[in-house]
Amino acid sequence: MSTQQQEPESQESPQDPEMKGTESPQQRRLKEKEEGMVDEHAEEEAEAAGETVHIKVFRYDPEVADKQEPRFDDFHVPFEKGMTVLDAVMYARDEFDSSLTFRHSCRQAVCGSDAFFVNGSQMLGCKTQLSELEQPVRIEPLPHQEVVKDLVVDMDHFYDQMHAVEPYFQDEDTPAASDLEEQRQSPENREKIKMSSRCIWCGACMSSCNIAAGDNEYLGPAAINKAYKFAMDDRESEEIKEHRLRILEQEHGVWRCQTQFSCTEVCPKDIPLTEHIQELKREAVKKNLKFW
Amino acid sequence: MSQSYNRGLIEDFGRWKEFSAGMWAWIFHKFTGWMLIGYLFTHIAVLSSAIAAADGQTMMLAGEQVDAYTGTLQGLESLFIVRVLEVGLLAVAVFHILNGIRLLMVDLGVGLTAQDKSFYASLVLTGVITVASVPTFMAGVGL
Repeated sequence: MSTQQQEPESQESPQDPEMKGTESPQQRRLKEKEEGMVDEHAEEEAEAAGETVHIKVFRYDPEVADKQEPRFDDFHVPFEKGMTVLDAVMYARDEFDSSLTFRHSCRQAVCGSDAFFVNGSQMLGCKTQLSELEQPVRIEPLPHQEVVKDLVVDMDHFYDQMHAVEPYFQDEDTPAASDLEEQRQSPENREKIKMSSRCIWCGACMSSCNIAAGDNEYLGPAAINKAYKFAMDDRESEEIKEHRLRILEQEHGVWRCQTQFSCTEVCPKDIPLTEHIQELKREAVKKNLKFW
Repeated sequence: MSQSYNRGLIEDFGRWKEFSAGMWAWIFHKFTGWMLIGYLFTHIAVLSSAIAAADGQTMMLAGEQVDAYTGTLQGLESLFIVRVLEVGLLAVAVFHILNGIRLLMVDLGVGLTAQDKSFYASLVLTGVITVASVPTFMAGVGL
């Protein structure tokens, strides 16, 4: 049973030929969204027909003797228009199995709690429409992180890496608390770090990175992106920037990135992670270049 | 943290579906790199027959007495499988060069949004050059 139906007449964006190769991730997503609008009618039809969506959910429970062997459980969830992956697992938990465990919070792609491995790719459960997925929808915990229970993974290592880059504003010239004043940033500089500041710490990028999977000490795309946000902020002093670059240019820093672009492709916030890592590589080279 | 489950290698193999252009480019680049390193050792081994030739060693090839270097090279070139391997070597080298240029561009921040297209372009160009080279490589080979 499928809820996906093809619209007989495809709608092509008139901008397509020009946009190819130059579109930003946001533009691409917007275009995909616009193209997805043609499925709206199909979604309504599926809902009216009382269709269900078949989801296969990874299960593992170390505390129950007969559930310690990982397996997939099948659930058939009634389809509703606009239903997301998170909606489906919540329905399965509420109606079929209250022991089904997963993280979620804001349901608005802001908290970053519900990153899952859906049909072979890292996605945010609350952002991913079921109608866009091939059935049965296979929902697993993020790869390369140990599973604590069902869809819940251990994020400790991810958070350790995030904290390793000192993800907080530092400025030696910060005025004393008594005469604090506004620290202004130029609009151009804000624009430069805008995308990097969108990170929601969901861990999808880290999970998709094969290098991070093979090198536990690699800072990983999320942490490097976080460092980029501060290293490129012109309100921090040159000394602090150099200090940040020293952290990043270590053996397990930016140089471990091998430009697979996996992180950039799975990032639910469209952050150009690989681009940021490459820019930091160039900064590190510039810092160390000596012509004498 | 209490007990947790590490999905290990089985999980890694199960992830093949998420492989995308950048990932395949990375795999092909590593593979072609190792192939080229392997070829270099073979190349050195074949070239070393020049030392034997310099020492005056000869060998029989098609009823003729030739020096060791000439005999080794001509002997290899007369084999169909060697010609096929040469075509493969060209394909490997061309892809590695083209993808290397692509990676250089990525390092410089040029064409980052077209990284997948440049990978496909590298593949197509490699295919075209390889196919075009077949008549040259196969000329005069005895099957």
